[in-house]
Amino acid sequence: MVAALVDLSRPGHYLHWGFVQLSVANLLVIGVMVVVFVLALVIPFHSSRRGR
Amino acid sequence: MQTLDEASAQPDEAEWEGPKIRYDLAKEFVLALVAVAVLTVGLAVVFSSPDEHPVTIRQWAQATPADFLATAVTELDGSSPTASYGPPYDTAPGSGQTIGPLAPERWIGVHEPVSAAQDFVLGPLQVAAHSDPDLQSALASYQAAPAATAQQWTAAYSSALGHVGFSGSAVVVPPGRYGPLPPMMSALLTMARTGSLDADLLSSPQFYGTDYTKPLLFLADGSFLADKAQAEHLSGSQWGMMNETGNFPGQAWLWLYTMWYQVWPFTHTGNADALVWGLMMLLTLGLLLVPFIPGLRAVPRLVPVYRLIWRDHYRRLDEARNKPLR
Amino acid sequence: MTVPGLEASPTWTGRLRRAAVRALPPDKLLPDDQPSYVASWVYVFGVLTLAAFVIVLASGTVLVLRGPSWWHQSKTGLFVNSLHLWSVELFFFFMVLHLWGKFFMASWRGRRALTWMTGVVTFAISVATAFTGYLSQQNFDSQWIATQAKDGINSTGAGAFFVVTNFGQMLLWHVLLLPVAVAALVGLHLLLVRHRGVVRPLPARGRATRPAAKRPTPSTPAGRT
Repeated sequence: MVAALVDLSRPGHYLHWGFVQLSVANLLVIGVMVVVFVLALVIPFHSSRRGR
Repeated sequence: MQTLDEASAQPDEAEWEGPKIRYDLAKEFVLALVAVAVLTVGLAVVFSSPDEHPVTIRQWAQATPADFLATAVTELDGSSPTASYGPPYDTAPGSGQTIGPLAPERWIGVHEPVSAAQDFVLGPLQVAAHSDPDLQSALASYQAAPAATAQQWTAAYSSALGHVGFSGSAVVVPPGRYGPLPPMMSALLTMARTGSLDADLLSSPQFYGTDYTKPLLFLADGSFLADKAQAEHLSGSQWGMMNETGNFPGQAWLWLYTMWYQVWPFTHTGNADALVWGLMMLLTLGLLLVPFIPGLRAVPRLVPVYRLIWRDHYRRLDEARNKPLR
Repeated sequence: MTVPGLEASPTWTGRLRRAAVRALPPDKLLPDDQPSYVASWVYVFGVLTLAAFVIVLASGTVLVLRGPSWWHQSKTGLFVNSLHLWSVELFFFFMVLHLWGKFFMASWRGRRALTWMTGVVTFAISVATAFTGYLSQQNFDSQWIATQAKDGINSTGAGAFFVVTNFGQMLLWHVLLLPVAVAALVGLHLLLVRHRGVVRPLPARGRATRPAAKRPTPSTPAGRT
């Protein structure tokens, strides 16, 4: 029973490089993690008020 | 209050007495909670979650009866993975994984006793035999036979299963010396196909079963469960530990644990599980003790991600000192 | 206000109170300012992990209310299960980013080793908690995970006591023992962060990508870095 807008219950897609085998889903998650981390590093963080 | 320059010169354990900024922790937490809640609801609405129906012994027996019978025979003759597992299930000689001289599996011993022949074959048949005199006498003659004779029967029947046929509910094997095995195996297959073996294995020894060890071990001894897992990229040699059924993301955080199973020497040893667990415990200990490990704890200084994180601070410090960065 | 004459009362309660207030006075427990260097988006991964943990607990509690078979039989149940699954994915997502950030900041400096260590233990116990969750699904996935994982755990000897094919045991560990352990560790971790404060920046030394430092100017005393 799948009540989803996007049906992820189809057979999975996998990528192979040598002995490495990763699902597209996992690769996406890892990729997003790296992107988010890099963005957190580079996007400026302006605190609202300086000093006390 | 100290200046930025003075405060920055203090040791790491000193309390910060330099410039501060307003920082609303409670508000930050509430905003984080709302953000994560929205993300969670969004992901749940868009993708839902996987729920593939469990495999039953009934399905196994109906879909691949030859594999079911072959597995049942190995339970009887002691050659199945469960029957030859050793601790914690039984005391099969020479069993149990080791890491060099360490054999924790053997040292701790049997605490989840499973007698494969009795639990998966003879026990259920004894229940069915209450209302079947022919099965009753077949069982009696099997249990009365010397071990060597029983082995001959199971070996012969095992080979015969390579040419098995099914006619209705009848199991058809080439003529041979199988002793009482044919009626026993036929009866077991019938029990399996009707689902009573599922119920029987779960509910022993009591009505309310919550321990699925027996039916799971039996299922895992056959190929039906494993073939389904292989088709879904869940097997050990497919980095399966990280994966989920379908296209769902799985457990990416298990990448290092499952990686070892793909590489030498772990691919070529029967002690792979013990060795990988030992290695992972060591690496986890390493991660835990990073603050105390020279070299490893110096990595942050060598890989200058910190320069990005604190670039505002360094710029202001530089301005305060009226000098360019060294 | 204590009774006059009993201010330094040697009661256990009094000692506990004084020790707690010494370690975490109110404005240290709930400060509304931070050192000026706490100015990067990397700092939000910790609170995002905490927020995800709260959603995990909340969605899990709803699943507890209706029992373990509910989500297989009801669309609402399936939706709550989805909330639980995705909040767990987000929990690990943010936790690992938090780990990366804290590593590259060398956040164990200045007597903060215990903060780092409680974090690592929390990570490990969280993995175990998720593991028992996957085992409690009562579907094909949990059948496979149980029959595979048993070999690894059995090989350590722990399989004699921690029986992954025992659904009842795994469910109870998942719903009670392990979440309590995670919550306690998270609580300790947070108190340690407040107690020690946010670690200060690494010294800005080493080669920069900019040109070499200027020679000392007349306004800058020689020899001062």
